[in-house]
Amino acid sequence: MLDPWTLFFVVTTFALYIGIAIWARAGSTDDFYVAGHDVHPTVNGMATAADWMSAASFLSMAGLIAFMGYGGSVYLMGWTGGYVLLALLLAPFLREFGKFTVPDFVGDRYYSTTARVIAVVCALFVSFTYIAGQMKGVGVAFSGFLGVPFEWGIIIGMVIVFFYAVLGGMKGVTYTQVAQYCVLIFAFTVPAIFMSLIITGNPVPQLGFIGEAKGEGVSMLAKLNTVITDLGFLEYTETNKSMIDVFCITAALMFGTAGLPHVIIRFFTVKSADAARVSAGWALIFIAILYTTAPAVGAFARINFIDTVNEATYIADDEDYEARSAEIEAAGGKPVPQWYKDWEPTGLVAFEDKNGDGVMQYRGPNAPDGIENEVSPNNDIFVLANPQIANLPGWVIGLVVAGGLAAALSTAAGLLMVISSAVSHDLCRRTLFKSMDDKTELRVARGAAAGAVFAAGLLGIFSNSLGFVAQVVAFAFGLAAASLFPVIFLGIFWKRMNKEGAVASMLTGLITTFGYIYWFKFVDTDPKNWLFGVSPEGIGFVFMWLAAGVGVVITLATKPPPKEILELVQKIRVPVS
Amino acid sequence: MQEKSSADEGRAYWQATIRLTIGLLVIWFAVSFGAGILLRDFLDQWSLGGAPLGFWFAQQGAIYVFVVLIFVYCWAMRRIEKKHGVRA
Repeated sequence: MLDPWTLFFVVTTFALYIGIAIWARAGSTDDFYVAGHDVHPTVNGMATAADWMSAASFLSMAGLIAFMGYGGSVYLMGWTGGYVLLALLLAPFLREFGKFTVPDFVGDRYYSTTARVIAVVCALFVSFTYIAGQMKGVGVAFSGFLGVPFEWGIIIGMVIVFFYAVLGGMKGVTYTQVAQYCVLIFAFTVPAIFMSLIITGNPVPQLGFIGEAKGEGVSMLAKLNTVITDLGFLEYTETNKSMIDVFCITAALMFGTAGLPHVIIRFFTVKSADAARVSAGWALIFIAILYTTAPAVGAFARINFIDTVNEATYIADDEDYEARSAEIEAAGGKPVPQWYKDWEPTGLVAFEDKNGDGVMQYRGPNAPDGIENEVSPNNDIFVLANPQIANLPGWVIGLVVAGGLAAALSTAAGLLMVISSAVSHDLCRRTLFKSMDDKTELRVARGAAAGAVFAAGLLGIFSNSLGFVAQVVAFAFGLAAASLFPVIFLGIFWKRMNKEGAVASMLTGLITTFGYIYWFKFVDTDPKNWLFGVSPEGIGFVFMWLAAGVGVVITLATKPPPKEILELVQKIRVPVS
Repeated sequence: MQEKSSADEGRAYWQATIRLTIGLLVIWFAVSFGAGILLRDFLDQWSLGGAPLGFWFAQQGAIYVFVVLIFVYCWAMRRIEKKHGVRA
């Protein structure tokens, strides 16, 4: 299903990214790590938004919300609320500190090579788990749309990222991310506006979401609740997760967001602490455009899906679609829609005719009519198929593919910068070879970025066994929340915190969270055994408190940090007038 | 004498910053964990347009408030910096 429009958009946007990379070549380590500390706050906000919104945000989130209803709110609040923490508690202070990386701060603030190395391990671990998902997304997009084998899709993605991350460093990444944001937000909102018009008659999805279903005299959400409960699903505005679990997942995603190294380093690229604050605000505006549209898209997509697919008469591949659908319509039936047939080969939608009546019954677990569910849609199908479901012109589909690739590549690039700077700057320059000069460090940084691209590609290729959203995200956010957030926060707001406390805190957070997630994702998957009923996705929040507590206790039991550290913290808090 | 007063200004600046931060975090907590999760069932007795209020906060409202909070923080921090002579 190679569509010329898709090819056109993908090739054009990729050429644009490479063009920007050549234009924004990095000349020094300052350029390479932090784009010369000279990025405009609004530009940085846009780059941060692209950096932040991954293949999962773009492709999977609206679909997840469509299935989870209220339960999907954890992603909406969690992945935006973290920016408030970032803006108020971390970003301006870390910018005031004025170095390059998160391990830089941890190592200097806690006057300890051990702390620095543990922070490097945390940063690498979080970034690699995250990047595997992005590379996999690139592979899926290529294989699904351009007819390229999965592995080749990943290799093409690697070559593109290699270009602008290795050549341009943070500077190249920043400006390509700006372009990628424009592509992805356009691709996400255009189909949403059309769908909102079709279902609610209101062109603004956020208003359509709370408006009435077009021509029916009931609100869109009330209609959705009725439709899905009739099919045996839970009400859309309800969830079967416990309140404590919803609370903990939301919190883990928020604190995890604030602790993610690839988000934090974006705030090292602006001029001042004030610019860092403003920049966080802009980032959240740009993110909110997608994040407030997504729940509307989710709800509309669920209605559309049920409208067009449920009780439709199936047409097999060996039948003539046109002739057969005309026949079904003439008999007063509803034929399976064209978009469904288009997407069937990708495996994102599947139909199994369990009762042998040739009609597709879509049902929830408690269907009042007792009919078994026969249709299984994947989360990603909603965003991908929306343009067709809404009868939009063919080029919109190409745009959505380019948008998905932009989302995956921009996040991958941001993560690569973390990996390369952790290796070249924190491990080589600051730990192993302290006499290294700037030129050598730049070469090492480029080499590390190249190595990281290669490793990420391999991870993507072998990541077929990894869940796209659930498993990977649980690891990255949980670990960032439990291992990095407490030491950075305490390092700024509690002068007494010392290196023993920091090392103990990071190790506690890292080991407990990793162990818990590993255990309940891969060994014992029974939710009944969860600690306090908290799922692996939310456990980072619980162990974050444990890590902070251990840090405080160990600190109080050991001697206070030296005087120059107290002065360093004072300088970060209160800039010299 | 001069130095003493600059240290005092620094302390006052930091205290003002902390007060502001705590105030904004209370709102941050109230709109997300409060309205969107803990008090959702209670708030759902009212509606905003066609959406139950608690549900709306969880999927829309909290995000809008987050954006406003960060810009209020930027604005208030500039005032605090000016008042205490930290940065020009």
